[in-house]
Amino acid sequence: MNRLWLIPILPLAGFVVNGLVALVASSSRAEKELGADHPLAPLPYSQRLFHGVVGVGSVGLAAVLSFAALVPYVLTSLKSPEGIAPVVQHVYTWMAAGDYSVDVAFRLDALSALMLSFVTFVGTLIHVYSVGYMQKDEGYGRYFAYLNLFMFAMLMLVLADNLPLLFVGWEGVGLCSYLLIGYSYDQDFAAAAGKKAFIANRVGDFGMVLGIFGVFALFGTADFSFVDLARRQVLAGGAPLGVYAVCVLLFLGACGKSAQIPLYVWLPDAMAGPTPVSALIHAATMVTAGVYLVARCSALFVLAPDALTLVAWIGAGTAIFAATIGLAQNDIKKVLAYSTVSQLGYMFLACGVGAFSAGIFHVFTHAFFKACLFLGSGSVILSLHHEQDMRKMGGLAARIPQTFRTMLAATLAIAGIFPLAGFFSKDAILGATAASNHWALYAVGLFTAGLTAFYMFRLVSMTFFGKARGHAAEAHESPATMTIPLIILAALSVVAGFVGIPAALGGSDRIGRFLEASVAHPEIHEMSRTLEVFLMLLSLGVAVTGLVWAWRWYGKAGGPEEAVSPQAHAFYEKTGALGRLVANKWNVDEGIEALVLSPFRKIGTFLWRGIDALFIDGIANASAFLVELAGDLLRFFTTGHVRNYALAFTLGVAVFLVYVWVR
Amino acid sequence: MTGTLPGVAPMAVPPGAFLVVATLLFAIGLAGALLKRNALSIFLSIELMLNAVNLLFLTYARMRGDLAGQMIVFFVIAVAAAEAAVGLAIFVALFRVRRTVDVDKIALLKW
Repeated sequence: MNRLWLIPILPLAGFVVNGLVALVASSSRAEKELGADHPLAPLPYSQRLFHGVVGVGSVGLAAVLSFAALVPYVLTSLKSPEGIAPVVQHVYTWMAAGDYSVDVAFRLDALSALMLSFVTFVGTLIHVYSVGYMQKDEGYGRYFAYLNLFMFAMLMLVLADNLPLLFVGWEGVGLCSYLLIGYSYDQDFAAAAGKKAFIANRVGDFGMVLGIFGVFALFGTADFSFVDLARRQVLAGGAPLGVYAVCVLLFLGACGKSAQIPLYVWLPDAMAGPTPVSALIHAATMVTAGVYLVARCSALFVLAPDALTLVAWIGAGTAIFAATIGLAQNDIKKVLAYSTVSQLGYMFLACGVGAFSAGIFHVFTHAFFKACLFLGSGSVILSLHHEQDMRKMGGLAARIPQTFRTMLAATLAIAGIFPLAGFFSKDAILGATAASNHWALYAVGLFTAGLTAFYMFRLVSMTFFGKARGHAAEAHESPATMTIPLIILAALSVVAGFVGIPAALGGSDRIGRFLEASVAHPEIHEMSRTLEVFLMLLSLGVAVTGLVWAWRWYGKAGGPEEAVSPQAHAFYEKTGALGRLVANKWNVDEGIEALVLSPFRKIGTFLWRGIDALFIDGIANASAFLVELAGDLLRFFTTGHVRNYALAFTLGVAVFLVYVWVR
Repeated sequence: MTGTLPGVAPMAVPPGAFLVVATLLFAIGLAGALLKRNALSIFLSIELMLNAVNLLFLTYARMRGDLAGQMIVFFVIAVAAAEAAVGLAIFVALFRVRRTVDVDKIALLKW
């Protein structure tokens, strides 16, 4: 396959077709139903079929082309021990200034091949799922247009050969995230959540842009050949401090996109979007772009060990922080959102301790089980007629068995139960953390693994076990367009980890060796096999403890109205203020409101009232007043009597003559 | 300063007299233009002023022996004729609408 540009162009074409058709169709609908108070009805079948075929078809075709490109690449790469050179294809020169030029160029190497595989694959499955999930929605065409646009931007991000082009995709996915979070734009919370995501990402992008400039200043180029320069430590200019600053700035961008402390607040709110969107954008693909960026620039990060330490601590901190919040959420999607934030923290922890390939491995497995969990939750929500509160669920295992089985598999995978996907990737991270002698970080990661198992099994218990609460008894299984993607993703949640079986368990860590060609691999501290296996057993033990604990507290809940067991309630009472703080998400939103937003709003009010309204408007109003005053006085000379004008004219000439005479 | 044109007899009447007549004509015209209220009278007064100026041009042309002054007079007459045509047309149109050509009653272009 020598036409990489076809891969992103196909979803773009899908976006254009879907968008135009949806636009024309909706404006003609609006004319027909003008004045109708009731919400718009679902689209007719023919239109749904058209949007579905274009939406799924364009992305599916892109997926086929992707695999046609990456499978030969991966096979050749695995055969040669040193890996093979990346495939770089220039399409055209986007902008050129002197020696510097930015090309629209696409790059296929180990890292982008891996990203490409799951982005297109999971993306296609979620498009198929959306066909079933969105069928009763009036904005069907608009939805698929946005989703296709997202795929285009994400593929640009993954395939870009230079940072400016990557940034195009980076902003494109941010835009689509905004559009899809605020998909139900007539609801205030959705519109507000979209704005929150967009603004939080602006903070990160500020760092990202400066980081790109910094890379250019350091290496004289912003295409990914700078990675090779960094590997050989050829710096065009700048001290280690410059490298450190560039790393921190790029990491700030990654923090915004990948929802790390302190910019994670937008991701939980992003759950206002439709559930397939949460699965695709806010779990499987877009939010991992930050990890991708750090891994892509790993050779640069390795030059600044302090920046890596920062990355590790932010990652570990986010992992445990979000996990604690996840313990106390009752909205099924919110639990998964905090779980995503927490897992992203794991990925950054891996990058921070230098195990970039382990981080990308976790991105890979996480895409499958988290997409499966989100799509499963979407199936649950749809079967309960858009009920998201887990306290009103329960006993669904028998009602929606397909959804239950797939979600259970994905839950065991994310909890890190042997031999599911999450076990291998999470253990690669924890193992690398221990191997680099960061024992404090290891303890945080291990504890978070326990928390993960606990809140995930709490979710499963409250949703599927116990007695039916609310309307849960009337639930019915979702259509095949939704369950088939679920089954495929659940199967991959089980087996995806096998690409990275560590040496200690008799494997050869294929994915790690495959990625070596693309990401930096600083000297790995060797651990003894015994210690490694012991640590694996330890994390497995912690995970099982979390599962059993959640089962004891939530799985055997009593009466129909009782969502929380007496033990859980007693524990909550005992923790007192701390428990309330956790249940209230550590008051972070309130803290940001008090420390950042409120002062900014006050400054804004001052600038508005004090500077703009008083000063700027004052100047404008005063000049207008002066003109009006002059006009009021001068208009008395305009009598309209032609004889007055003639007299004035004569007098003027007389004065002029006298002047000439006297002079 | 005074030149002679070929084939033209010297002035029988002293040029000062022409200047006095021209000045008087101009003054009468100006007073009429300022004081009269009938648009036609004002128009006639303006014509008077124009002809006073014409007389001045001719006098000086004769005194200086220079034909340029006479040329300008032809232009003034031509322009005055055109002006008369336009002005009279305006007055006719005005009279049809307002039933008067009293300029004091036609004070529309104000405020």
